[in-house]
Amino acid sequence: MAEKVLMKGNEAIAEAAIKAGCRHYFGYPITPQTEIAAYMAKRMPKIGGTFLQAESEIAAINMVYGVSAAGKRVMTSSSSPGVALKSEGLSYLAGSDLPAFVVNVQRGGPGLGGIQPSQSDYFQATKAGGHGDFRMIVLAPASVQEMADLTIKGFELADEYRMTAMILADGTMGQMMEPVEIRDDAEIKTFDKPWAVTGTQKKREHNIVNSLYLKPEQLEKENFTRFERYKKIEENEVMYEEFMMDDAEICIVAFGIAARVSQNAVVEARKQGIKAGMIRPITLWPFPKKRLLEASKNVKAFISVELSMGQMVEDIELATKCTRPVMLCNRVGGMIPSPEEVLQKIKETQGGIN
Amino acid sequence: MKRITLFAGHYGSGKTNIAVNYAKFIKSEGFDVSIIDLDIVNPYFRTKDSEEDLKKCGIELVSSEYANTNLDAPALPKEIYARIADKSKKLVIDVGGDDRGAVALGRFAPDITDENDFEMLFVANFYRPLTQIAEDALQVMREIELAGHIRFTGIVHNSNIGDETTAFDITKKEKELKKLAELSKLPVVFTAVSENVYPEFQNSNSELFKLELQKKYYKIEKEI
Repeated sequence: MAEKVLMKGNEAIAEAAIKAGCRHYFGYPITPQTEIAAYMAKRMPKIGGTFLQAESEIAAINMVYGVSAAGKRVMTSSSSPGVALKSEGLSYLAGSDLPAFVVNVQRGGPGLGGIQPSQSDYFQATKAGGHGDFRMIVLAPASVQEMADLTIKGFELADEYRMTAMILADGTMGQMMEPVEIRDDAEIKTFDKPWAVTGTQKKREHNIVNSLYLKPEQLEKENFTRFERYKKIEENEVMYEEFMMDDAEICIVAFGIAARVSQNAVVEARKQGIKAGMIRPITLWPFPKKRLLEASKNVKAFISVELSMGQMVEDIELATKCTRPVMLCNRVGGMIPSPEEVLQKIKETQGGIN
Repeated sequence: MKRITLFAGHYGSGKTNIAVNYAKFIKSEGFDVSIIDLDIVNPYFRTKDSEEDLKKCGIELVSSEYANTNLDAPALPKEIYARIADKSKKLVIDVGGDDRGAVALGRFAPDITDENDFEMLFVANFYRPLTQIAEDALQVMREIELAGHIRFTGIVHNSNIGDETTAFDITKKEKELKKLAELSKLPVVFTAVSENVYPEFQNSNSELFKLELQKKYYKIEKEI
């Protein structure tokens, strides 16, 4: 067992990426994720890797495309406005079936917004990462340890399914410090990449990495094949955690920092005799649809706790087919709800269903 | 006690927490004291978080008006010059992390070194990933001195892994601490120990400094 160290969430991502075999980092500084770039700048030269501060976020994501096409583990990171700039590159990665690991440590928006924490890029990450039909695997850590663990998982999933895996964290997750243990290298899965453009050595046909298909029939076929893969992911890769759901009548759904706050509210509600519980999605895509639908048979109402104007709330409604009321408890602009605010919402909801 | 105490070190080593606690200690000794937030790097978790607490204790906080706002501006308040010039008051200065954070100290360094009534303390946490060994900590120390234009006069030992820290975790790092003291030829001024493990150190030989626990973000618990 490795000794625990005290890390910021951002540092945990960077160190875990190195452990996962990532030797190429391209990025552009933006608060509140800059420590990832700063950490990589210090570590990469010492281990023979590449750290490059690109001229822009767009340049950085295109460098990711290049390294990924060559079959190497590669990443970039940014915060909300910077990730928006990367959307073109994310779409090209998807169209070329290239694995990539991307981090969004979210800050308040829209526009330049602010530097304080937010979860308002939920839509962007789960539904609208860029133009065209595509998905990204979206992982939502709720502790510094998970920032590390899900980074390693992200690299594995990206390679396995040849697509982008994104960590969708909020500024608090990036900045807060907790003890972390980074997994040993031996446990990390790697995958053969026979499609990579590494030179034929005159022993095989050329590999081509490309997102342009001249014939509509073929482009259609590529899309259908890709979505078959997405279906497999929806079946096999859903991750969530439950808290006190056995007899819960009110189910909170929350991820990241909102889940940490909400869990305290659930404990307090239980003390006051209210049967509250929580489902914490760890994958936002694929979303734990089946579990929520199942939960809707037993619970009387859902509360989505989010640092946004209400984005995940729509997925809860869809997953439960609107069979139960879905309330929203939110703060935005860099504000975080307090356990008291969430408890208040639980009580209001309890009043409404009785 | 010197008039000015500066805390600098690798970012995330606990400078702000120690600076706030140290200012309270000076106050409790009966001195008039101000705390200056020189951090131009860290966006969250700043001296400003303790504003209410400091106010209650009668300690003035001199901090950028943009601290903890949505603006990422490396601004410093003009009052810093006045506080450094006013020799009737004690000062605790919370320097930003690493050499990048210590750059802001450079402009005040001539006044502080001319007066020559200061302690410049290096806060060392050997559980931080980039300063786990004395040699790496020493490098950070030298980088900060170059950027901040003030040489360190002592070391503060603050090895911890947050609120899970045990007494054993702290003593385990005394070897690295001793090595850093030897390499840098600096004395260890005190070891910072949080209040919950402080009782276990009653018979310790080293100078101890008790830290109040800080409010943390709510933890995620596994199902009970």
